Amino acid sequence: MNLALRAASVLLLLAAWYAGSHVLGERLLPEPQAVGLAIVEEARSGALAFNLGITLARVAVAFVIAMALGTAIGLAMGRVVAFDRVVDPWLVVLLNLPALVIIVLAYVWAGLTETAAIVAVALNKLPIATVTVREGARALDPMLDEMATVFRMGRWVRLRHIVLPQLAPYLAAAARSGLSLVWKIVLIVELLGRPNGVGFEIGVAFQLFDVTRILAYALAFIAVMLLIETFLVQPLERYVSRWRARPA
Amino acid sequence: MSPVGAPGRLDVHIGQKSYRAASGGRLHVLGELSISLANGEVAALVGPSGCGKTTLLRIIVGLDRDFEGTVGLPKHGTLGVVFQEPRLLPWRTVEENVRLAAPEAGAEALDALFATLGLMEHRRHYPGELSLGLARRVALARAFAVEPELLVLDEPFVSLDAALAARLRAELLELTARRPVTTLLVTHDIEEALELADRVIVLSASPARVLADMPVARARGSFGGAELSALRDEIKRKANQG
Repeated sequence: MNLALRAASVLLLLAAWYAGSHVLGERLLPEPQAVGLAIVEEARSGALAFNLGITLARVAVAFVIAMALGTAIGLAMGRVVAFDRVVDPWLVVLLNLPALVIIVLAYVWAGLTETAAIVAVALNKLPIATVTVREGARALDPMLDEMATVFRMGRWVRLRHIVLPQLAPYLAAAARSGLSLVWKIVLIVELLGRPNGVGFEIGVAFQLFDVTRILAYALAFIAVMLLIETFLVQPLERYVSRWRARPA
Repeated sequence: MSPVGAPGRLDVHIGQKSYRAASGGRLHVLGELSISLANGEVAALVGPSGCGKTTLLRIIVGLDRDFEGTVGLPKHGTLGVVFQEPRLLPWRTVEENVRLAAPEAGAEALDALFATLGLMEHRRHYPGELSLGLARRVALARAFAVEPELLVLDEPFVSLDAALAARLRAELLELTARRPVTTLLVTHDIEEALELADRVIVLSASPARVLADMPVARARGSFGGAELSALRDEIKRKANQG
Protein backbone atom coordinates (compact mmCIF):
# COMPACT_ATOMS: atom_id res chain seq x y z
CA MET A 1 0.00 0.00 0.00
CA ASN A 2 2.73 2.41 1.03
CA LEU A 3 4.84 1.40 -1.91
CA ALA A 4 1.89 1.85 -4.29
CA LEU A 5 1.24 5.34 -2.97
CA ARG A 6 4.88 6.22 -3.36
CA ALA A 7 4.95 4.92 -6.95
CA ALA A 8 1.77 6.82 -7.73
CA SER A 9 3.35 9.98 -6.34
CA VAL A 10 6.45 9.58 -8.51
CA LEU A 11 4.32 8.87 -11.60
CA LEU A 12 2.28 11.99 -10.90
CA LEU A 13 5.48 14.04 -10.72
CA LEU A 14 6.63 12.61 -14.08
CA ALA A 15 3.24 13.34 -15.62
CA ALA A 16 3.41 16.93 -14.37
CA TRP A 17 6.89 17.19 -15.84
CA TYR A 18 5.67 15.99 -19.26
CA ALA A 19 2.74 18.37 -19.13
CA GLY A 20 4.96 21.26 -18.13
CA SER A 21 7.39 20.47 -20.90
CA HIS A 22 4.51 20.43 -23.36
CA VAL A 23 3.26 23.84 -22.20
CA LEU A 24 6.62 25.59 -21.79
CA GLY A 25 8.42 24.00 -24.68
CA GLU A 26 11.62 21.91 -24.98
CA ARG A 27 13.91 24.87 -24.41
CA LEU A 28 12.54 25.93 -21.03
CA LEU A 29 11.67 22.46 -19.71
CA PRO A 30 13.04 19.48 -21.66
CA GLU A 31 11.19 16.17 -21.41
CA PRO A 32 12.37 13.60 -18.83
CA GLN A 33 13.93 11.29 -21.45
CA ALA A 34 16.06 14.14 -22.81
CA VAL A 35 17.38 14.77 -19.32
CA GLY A 36 17.97 11.04 -18.88
CA LEU A 37 19.95 10.95 -22.10
CA ALA A 38 22.04 13.93 -20.98
CA ILE A 39 22.85 12.09 -17.72
CA VAL A 40 23.97 9.03 -19.71
CA GLU A 41 26.14 11.19 -21.98
CA GLU A 42 27.81 12.99 -19.07
CA ALA A 43 28.35 9.64 -17.38
CA ARG A 44 30.01 8.19 -20.54
CA SER A 45 32.48 11.07 -20.77
CA GLY A 46 33.40 10.63 -17.10
CA ALA A 47 32.49 14.26 -16.34
CA LEU A 48 29.49 13.24 -14.25
CA ALA A 49 31.43 10.97 -11.90
CA PHE A 50 34.25 13.53 -11.63
CA ASN A 51 31.99 16.45 -10.77
CA LEU A 52 29.72 14.44 -8.49
CA GLY A 53 32.78 13.08 -6.69
CA ILE A 54 34.32 16.50 -6.15
CA THR A 55 31.06 18.01 -4.92
CA LEU A 56 30.41 15.04 -2.67
CA ALA A 57 33.90 15.33 -1.17
CA ARG A 58 33.29 19.02 -0.39
CA VAL A 59 29.92 18.17 1.13
CA ALA A 60 31.50 15.45 3.28
CA VAL A 61 34.39 17.56 4.57
CA ALA A 62 32.26 20.63 5.33
CA PHE A 63 29.56 18.47 6.91
CA VAL A 64 32.00 16.63 9.19
CA ILE A 65 33.69 19.85 10.30
CA ALA A 66 30.39 21.61 10.98
CA MET A 67 28.88 18.64 12.84
CA ALA A 68 31.98 18.01 14.97
CA LEU A 69 32.41 21.66 15.93
CA GLY A 70 28.68 22.19 16.32
CA THR A 71 28.37 19.17 18.61
CA ALA A 72 31.29 20.25 20.79
CA ILE A 73 30.18 23.88 21.04
CA GLY A 74 26.48 23.01 21.45
CA LEU A 75 27.29 20.51 24.20
CA ALA A 76 29.41 23.04 26.05
CA MET A 77 26.76 25.74 25.65
CA GLY A 78 24.01 23.46 26.91
CA ARG A 79 25.94 22.45 29.99
CA VAL A 80 27.89 25.57 31.01
CA VAL A 81 25.64 28.59 31.46
CA ALA A 82 28.50 31.12 31.43
CA PHE A 83 29.83 29.75 28.13
CA ASP A 84 26.33 29.93 26.69
CA ARG A 85 26.06 33.60 27.69
CA VAL A 86 29.38 34.44 26.05
CA VAL A 87 28.90 32.54 22.80
CA ASP A 88 25.18 33.09 22.27
CA PRO A 89 25.48 36.59 20.64
CA TRP A 90 28.05 35.22 18.17
CA LEU A 91 25.68 32.41 17.37
CA VAL A 92 22.83 34.84 16.72
CA VAL A 93 25.05 36.85 14.37
CA LEU A 94 26.15 33.73 12.49
CA LEU A 95 22.61 32.36 12.32
CA ASN A 96 21.33 35.53 10.72
CA LEU A 97 24.24 36.21 8.40
CA PRO A 98 23.06 35.35 4.87
CA ALA A 99 24.86 32.36 3.33
CA LEU A 100 25.87 34.48 0.36
CA VAL A 101 27.60 37.07 2.60
CA ILE A 102 29.64 34.36 4.34
CA ILE A 103 30.65 32.85 1.00
CA VAL A 104 31.63 36.15 -0.59
CA LEU A 105 33.58 37.28 2.49
CA ALA A 106 35.39 33.94 2.67
CA TYR A 107 36.46 34.27 -0.96
CA VAL A 108 37.45 37.93 -0.52
CA TRP A 109 39.51 37.23 2.59
CA ALA A 110 41.05 33.87 1.72
CA GLY A 111 41.03 33.97 -2.07
CA LEU A 112 39.23 31.59 -4.44
CA THR A 113 40.67 28.55 -2.67
CA GLU A 114 39.40 25.16 -1.63
CA THR A 115 39.87 26.10 2.05
CA ALA A 116 37.79 29.24 1.68
CA ALA A 117 35.03 27.21 0.00
CA ILE A 118 34.95 24.54 2.72
CA VAL A 119 35.11 27.09 5.55
CA ALA A 120 32.27 29.09 4.03
CA VAL A 121 30.04 26.00 3.80
CA ALA A 122 30.94 24.78 7.29
CA LEU A 123 30.26 28.22 8.78
CA ASN A 124 26.82 28.23 7.21
CA LYS A 125 25.94 24.89 8.74
CA LEU A 126 27.71 25.37 12.10
CA PRO A 127 25.20 27.61 13.95
CA ILE A 128 22.23 25.38 13.14
CA ALA A 129 24.04 22.26 14.32
CA THR A 130 25.13 24.12 17.46
CA VAL A 131 21.62 25.28 18.32
CA THR A 132 20.16 21.82 17.81
CA VAL A 133 22.78 20.07 19.94
CA ARG A 134 22.46 22.75 22.63
CA GLU A 135 18.78 21.86 22.96
CA GLY A 136 19.81 18.23 23.37
CA ALA A 137 22.43 19.09 25.97
CA ARG A 138 19.88 21.05 27.98
CA ALA A 139 17.61 18.03 28.01
CA LEU A 140 20.27 15.63 29.37
CA ASP A 141 18.96 13.60 32.31
CA PRO A 142 20.63 14.80 35.55
CA MET A 143 19.68 11.51 37.25
CA LEU A 144 21.93 9.53 34.91
CA ASP A 145 24.65 12.09 35.49
CA GLU A 146 24.43 11.47 39.24
CA MET A 147 24.50 7.74 38.67
CA ALA A 148 27.71 8.15 36.66
CA THR A 149 29.20 10.32 39.41
CA VAL A 150 28.60 7.89 42.27
CA PHE A 151 29.94 4.98 40.22
CA ARG A 152 33.02 7.04 39.30
CA MET A 153 32.64 6.64 35.56
CA GLY A 154 35.37 8.30 33.50
CA ARG A 155 34.88 11.15 31.05
CA TRP A 156 35.08 8.98 27.98
CA VAL A 157 32.63 6.40 29.32
CA ARG A 158 30.18 9.19 30.21
CA LEU A 159 30.46 10.82 26.81
CA ARG A 160 30.12 7.61 24.86
CA HIS A 161 27.54 5.72 26.90
CA ILE A 162 25.53 8.42 28.65
CA VAL A 163 25.76 11.75 26.79
CA LEU A 164 25.93 10.73 23.12
CA PRO A 165 23.02 8.24 23.25
CA GLN A 166 20.86 10.98 24.75
CA LEU A 167 22.00 13.41 22.07
CA ALA A 168 21.40 10.88 19.26
CA PRO A 169 17.95 12.16 18.22
CA TYR A 170 19.26 15.73 18.15
CA LEU A 171 22.35 14.72 16.22
CA ALA A 172 20.17 12.84 13.75
CA ALA A 173 17.97 15.89 13.26
CA ALA A 174 21.01 18.14 12.81
CA ALA A 175 22.56 15.68 10.35
CA ARG A 176 19.37 15.31 8.31
CA SER A 177 18.72 19.01 7.88
CA GLY A 178 22.45 19.63 7.66
CA LEU A 179 23.14 17.29 4.78
CA SER A 180 20.55 18.87 2.52
CA LEU A 181 21.57 22.40 3.52
CA VAL A 182 25.27 21.71 3.03
CA TRP A 183 24.92 20.34 -0.49
CA LYS A 184 22.83 23.28 -1.58
CA ILE A 185 25.41 25.73 -0.25
CA VAL A 186 28.30 23.75 -1.73
CA LEU A 187 26.68 24.28 -5.14
CA ILE A 188 26.61 28.06 -4.64
CA VAL A 189 30.21 28.04 -3.44
CA GLU A 190 31.21 26.11 -6.56
CA LEU A 191 29.22 28.42 -8.80
CA LEU A 192 30.94 31.48 -7.37
CA GLY A 193 34.53 30.40 -7.05
CA ARG A 194 35.50 26.84 -7.98
CA PRO A 195 36.60 25.49 -11.36
CA ASN A 196 34.78 22.15 -11.01
CA GLY A 197 31.93 20.33 -9.26
CA VAL A 198 28.20 20.17 -9.86
CA GLY A 199 27.74 23.85 -9.00
CA PHE A 200 30.37 24.90 -11.53
CA GLU A 201 28.77 22.75 -14.26
CA ILE A 202 25.37 24.21 -13.52
CA GLY A 203 26.90 27.71 -13.73
CA VAL A 204 28.30 26.92 -17.18
CA ALA A 205 25.00 25.42 -18.29
CA PHE A 206 23.24 28.55 -17.06
CA GLN A 207 25.44 30.76 -19.22
CA LEU A 208 24.66 28.53 -22.21
CA PHE A 209 20.98 28.41 -21.25
CA ASP A 210 21.26 24.61 -21.25
CA VAL A 211 18.31 23.60 -19.04
CA THR A 212 18.75 19.91 -19.92
CA ARG A 213 22.22 19.85 -18.42
CA ILE A 214 21.12 21.79 -15.31
CA LEU A 215 18.40 19.22 -14.66
CA ALA A 216 20.73 16.33 -15.46
CA TYR A 217 23.24 17.37 -12.80
CA ALA A 218 20.56 18.27 -10.27
CA LEU A 219 18.80 14.91 -10.68
CA ALA A 220 22.06 12.96 -10.59
CA PHE A 221 23.02 14.63 -7.34
CA ILE A 222 19.58 14.10 -5.81
CA ALA A 223 19.96 10.41 -6.66
CA VAL A 224 23.31 10.34 -4.87
CA MET A 225 21.82 11.97 -1.77
CA LEU A 226 18.91 9.51 -1.83
CA LEU A 227 21.40 6.63 -1.88
CA ILE A 228 23.22 8.15 1.09
CA GLU A 229 19.94 8.58 2.95
CA THR A 230 18.84 5.00 2.25
CA PHE A 231 22.11 3.16 2.76
CA LEU A 232 23.89 5.31 5.34
CA VAL A 233 21.60 7.57 7.35
CA GLN A 234 18.64 5.23 7.81
CA PRO A 235 20.62 2.10 8.77
CA LEU A 236 22.63 4.23 11.20
CA GLU A 237 19.45 5.57 12.74
CA ARG A 238 18.05 2.06 13.07
CA TYR A 239 21.25 0.91 14.78
CA VAL A 240 21.33 3.85 17.20
CA SER A 241 17.69 3.35 18.23
CA ARG A 242 17.86 -0.47 18.38
CA TRP A 243 17.12 -0.38 22.13
CA ARG A 244 13.72 1.20 21.55
CA ALA A 245 12.18 -2.25 21.11
CA ARG A 246 8.66 -2.98 22.21
CA PRO A 247 8.45 -4.02 25.89
CA ALA A 248 8.38 -7.78 26.40
CA MET B 1 35.32 15.75 53.70
CA SER B 2 38.57 13.75 53.81
CA PRO B 3 38.10 9.99 54.04
CA VAL B 4 38.90 8.63 57.50
CA GLY B 5 40.62 5.67 55.93
CA ALA B 6 39.47 2.79 58.09
CA PRO B 7 38.25 -0.11 55.97
CA GLY B 8 34.48 -0.13 55.66
CA ARG B 9 33.91 2.53 58.28
CA LEU B 10 31.49 5.41 57.76
CA ASP B 11 31.50 8.55 59.91
CA VAL B 12 29.00 11.27 59.15
CA HIS B 13 28.73 14.47 61.15
CA ILE B 14 26.30 17.06 59.89
CA GLY B 15 26.24 20.51 61.43
CA GLN B 16 23.28 21.57 59.37
CA LYS B 17 21.95 21.60 55.84
CA SER B 18 19.55 24.10 54.37
CA TYR B 19 18.24 25.02 50.95
CA ARG B 20 17.44 28.43 49.61
CA ALA B 21 13.65 28.38 49.35
CA ALA B 22 11.92 29.63 46.22
CA SER B 23 10.08 32.21 48.31
CA GLY B 24 13.38 33.53 49.68
CA GLY B 25 14.83 32.60 53.07
CA ARG B 26 16.34 29.24 53.97
CA LEU B 27 14.65 25.91 54.28
CA HIS B 28 16.22 23.95 57.11
CA VAL B 29 16.41 20.26 56.08
CA LEU B 30 18.94 18.62 58.37
CA GLY B 31 19.76 19.55 61.93
CA GLU B 32 22.85 18.50 63.81
CA LEU B 33 23.30 14.75 63.53
CA SER B 34 25.99 12.10 63.60
CA ILE B 35 25.92 8.58 62.23
CA SER B 36 28.78 6.10 62.40
CA LEU B 37 28.80 2.60 60.96
CA ALA B 38 31.38 -0.08 61.73
CA ASN B 39 32.75 -2.28 58.98
CA GLY B 40 30.07 -4.64 57.71
CA GLU B 41 27.30 -3.08 59.74
CA VAL B 42 23.87 -2.64 58.17
CA ALA B 43 21.87 0.35 59.39
CA ALA B 44 18.38 1.39 58.39
CA LEU B 45 17.33 5.02 58.42
CA VAL B 46 13.63 5.46 59.10
CA GLY B 47 11.70 8.65 59.53
CA PRO B 48 8.65 10.56 58.30
CA SER B 49 8.54 11.26 54.60
CA GLY B 50 10.13 14.55 53.65
CA CYS B 51 12.39 14.51 56.70
CA GLY B 52 15.58 14.73 54.66
CA LYS B 53 16.62 11.08 54.38
CA THR B 54 17.35 11.34 50.68
CA THR B 55 19.20 14.63 51.25
CA LEU B 56 21.34 12.91 53.86
CA LEU B 57 22.15 10.07 51.42
CA ARG B 58 23.04 12.54 48.67
CA ILE B 59 25.47 14.24 51.05
CA ILE B 60 27.03 10.93 52.02
CA VAL B 61 27.59 9.75 48.44
CA GLY B 62 29.02 13.15 47.45
CA LEU B 63 26.23 14.42 45.19
CA ASP B 64 25.52 17.37 47.48
CA ARG B 65 28.52 19.25 48.87
CA ASP B 66 26.68 22.32 50.07
CA PHE B 67 26.36 21.50 53.78
CA GLU B 68 28.08 22.09 57.10
CA GLY B 69 29.86 19.04 58.46
CA THR B 70 32.11 16.17 57.45
CA VAL B 71 31.67 12.81 55.76
CA GLY B 72 34.32 10.17 56.39
CA LEU B 73 33.97 7.46 53.76
CA PRO B 74 35.70 4.09 53.92
CA LYS B 75 39.32 3.84 52.80
CA HIS B 76 38.95 3.82 49.01
CA GLY B 77 35.51 5.32 49.01
CA THR B 78 34.12 2.74 46.58
CA LEU B 79 30.36 3.23 46.59
CA GLY B 80 27.52 1.03 45.49
CA VAL B 81 24.36 3.08 45.25
CA VAL B 82 20.80 1.97 44.57
CA PHE B 83 18.63 5.00 43.89
CA GLN B 84 14.87 5.17 44.36
CA GLU B 85 14.53 4.84 40.58
CA PRO B 86 16.63 2.15 38.91
CA ARG B 87 18.50 4.79 36.83
CA LEU B 88 19.64 2.35 34.14
CA LEU B 89 20.87 3.41 30.71
CA PRO B 90 17.96 2.48 28.40
CA TRP B 91 20.29 2.18 25.38
CA ARG B 92 22.57 -0.40 26.97
CA THR B 93 21.75 -4.01 27.81
CA VAL B 94 21.43 -5.27 31.37
CA GLU B 95 24.93 -6.69 31.28
CA GLU B 96 26.42 -3.55 29.73
CA ASN B 97 24.74 -1.42 32.39
CA VAL B 98 26.45 -3.45 35.09
CA ARG B 99 29.81 -3.63 33.32
CA LEU B 100 29.97 0.11 32.67
CA ALA B 101 29.74 0.76 36.40
CA ALA B 102 32.06 -2.12 37.26
CA PRO B 103 34.59 -2.49 34.42
CA GLU B 104 36.89 -4.54 36.64
CA ALA B 105 34.31 -7.11 37.71
CA GLY B 106 35.26 -10.66 36.78
CA ALA B 107 33.06 -12.91 34.66
CA GLU B 108 32.55 -15.39 37.51
CA ALA B 109 31.55 -12.72 39.99
CA LEU B 110 29.03 -11.31 37.54
CA ASP B 111 27.65 -14.78 36.79
CA ALA B 112 27.10 -15.38 40.49
CA LEU B 113 25.48 -12.00 40.91
CA PHE B 114 23.13 -12.46 37.96
CA ALA B 115 22.26 -15.97 39.13
CA THR B 116 21.37 -14.84 42.65
CA LEU B 117 19.19 -12.03 41.36
CA GLY B 118 17.49 -14.17 38.71
CA LEU B 119 18.84 -12.06 35.87
CA MET B 120 20.57 -14.81 33.91
CA GLU B 121 18.15 -14.85 30.98
CA HIS B 122 17.88 -11.06 30.94
CA ARG B 123 21.54 -10.21 30.42
CA ARG B 124 21.02 -9.18 26.81
CA HIS B 125 17.73 -7.40 27.35
CA TYR B 126 17.38 -3.64 27.31
CA PRO B 127 15.94 -1.93 30.42
CA GLY B 128 12.80 -0.96 28.48
CA GLU B 129 12.00 -4.65 28.19
CA LEU B 130 12.14 -5.24 31.96
CA SER B 131 9.51 -5.00 34.66
CA LEU B 132 10.16 -2.62 37.55
CA GLY B 133 11.11 -5.56 39.78
CA LEU B 134 13.71 -6.74 37.29
CA ALA B 135 15.02 -3.23 36.73
CA ARG B 136 15.51 -2.84 40.48
CA ARG B 137 17.39 -6.13 40.51
CA VAL B 138 19.71 -4.80 37.81
CA ALA B 139 20.31 -1.69 39.93
CA LEU B 140 21.17 -3.99 42.86
CA ALA B 141 23.48 -6.07 40.65
CA ARG B 142 25.24 -2.90 39.50
CA ALA B 143 25.76 -1.72 43.07
CA PHE B 144 27.19 -5.10 44.17
CA ALA B 145 29.32 -5.57 41.04
CA VAL B 146 31.62 -2.69 41.98
CA GLU B 147 32.42 -4.59 45.23
CA PRO B 148 31.62 -1.48 47.25
CA GLU B 149 33.00 -0.62 50.66
CA LEU B 150 29.82 1.24 51.35
CA LEU B 151 26.43 0.26 50.00
CA VAL B 152 23.76 2.96 50.00
CA LEU B 153 20.15 2.06 49.24
CA ASP B 154 17.43 4.67 48.96
CA GLU B 155 14.06 2.93 49.33
CA PRO B 156 15.17 0.23 46.90
CA PHE B 157 11.95 -1.78 47.08
CA VAL B 158 9.37 0.98 46.99
CA SER B 159 6.34 0.53 44.68
CA LEU B 160 6.82 -3.22 44.33
CA ASP B 161 4.08 -5.58 45.48
CA ALA B 162 4.61 -7.15 48.90
CA ALA B 163 5.60 -10.62 47.67
CA LEU B 164 8.10 -9.28 45.17
CA ALA B 165 9.59 -6.88 47.73
CA ALA B 166 9.99 -9.80 50.15
CA ARG B 167 11.78 -11.84 47.48
CA LEU B 168 14.14 -8.95 46.69
CA ARG B 169 14.85 -8.47 50.40
CA ALA B 170 15.77 -12.14 50.64
CA GLU B 171 18.10 -11.76 47.65
CA LEU B 172 19.69 -8.70 49.20
CA LEU B 173 20.27 -10.66 52.44
CA GLU B 174 21.85 -13.46 50.48
CA LEU B 175 24.22 -11.03 48.77
CA THR B 176 25.25 -9.29 52.00
CA ALA B 177 25.72 -12.66 53.69
CA ARG B 178 28.08 -13.79 50.93
CA ARG B 179 30.06 -10.56 50.93
CA PRO B 180 29.56 -8.42 54.03
CA VAL B 181 29.48 -4.74 53.27
CA THR B 182 28.79 -1.64 55.34
CA THR B 183 25.27 -0.66 54.34
CA LEU B 184 23.04 2.33 54.84
CA LEU B 185 19.42 1.71 53.88
CA VAL B 186 16.70 4.30 53.76
CA THR B 187 13.18 2.99 54.12
CA HIS B 188 9.81 4.14 55.40
CA ASP B 189 8.88 0.55 56.17
CA ILE B 190 9.78 -0.45 59.76
CA GLU B 191 9.26 -4.14 58.99
CA GLU B 192 11.76 -3.86 56.18
CA ALA B 193 14.21 -2.06 58.46
CA LEU B 194 13.91 -4.77 61.12
CA GLU B 195 14.33 -7.57 58.61
CA LEU B 196 17.43 -6.19 56.92
CA ALA B 197 19.33 -4.13 59.45
CA ASP B 198 21.51 -4.61 62.51
CA ARG B 199 20.61 -1.13 63.67
CA VAL B 200 17.61 1.10 63.17
CA ILE B 201 18.23 4.83 63.25
CA VAL B 202 15.08 6.87 63.71
CA LEU B 203 15.10 10.40 62.33
CA SER B 204 12.77 13.22 63.35
CA ALA B 205 10.68 15.35 61.06
CA SER B 206 12.58 18.06 59.18
CA PRO B 207 15.05 19.48 60.19
CA ALA B 208 16.12 15.89 60.84
CA ARG B 209 17.89 14.85 64.03
CA VAL B 210 18.59 11.35 65.31
CA LEU B 211 15.72 10.46 67.65
CA ALA B 212 16.85 6.95 68.44
CA ASP B 213 19.59 4.54 67.45
CA MET B 214 18.57 1.01 68.33
CA PRO B 215 20.37 -2.26 67.76
CA VAL B 216 18.33 -5.15 66.39
CA ALA B 217 19.53 -7.99 68.55
CA ARG B 218 19.09 -10.99 66.28
CA ALA B 219 20.55 -12.39 63.12
CA ARG B 220 19.56 -10.54 59.97
CA GLY B 221 16.54 -11.94 58.22
CA SER B 222 15.25 -14.02 61.13
CA PHE B 223 11.77 -12.84 61.77
CA GLY B 224 9.32 -13.02 64.63
CA GLY B 225 9.29 -13.13 68.40
CA ALA B 226 7.75 -10.95 71.04
CA GLU B 227 11.04 -9.11 71.39
CA LEU B 228 10.88 -7.97 67.80
CA SER B 229 7.33 -6.68 68.03
CA ALA B 230 8.29 -4.82 71.21
CA LEU B 231 11.14 -3.22 69.30
CA ARG B 232 8.79 -2.33 66.48
CA ASP B 233 6.42 -0.63 68.90
CA GLU B 234 9.27 1.26 70.50
CA ILE B 235 10.49 2.54 67.13
CA LYS B 236 6.99 3.66 66.25
CA ARG B 237 6.64 5.40 69.60
CA LYS B 238 10.00 7.17 69.20
CA ALA B 239 9.20 8.17 65.65
CA ASN B 240 5.92 9.69 66.76
CA GLN B 241 7.66 11.79 69.40
CA GLY B 242 9.60 13.57 66.67
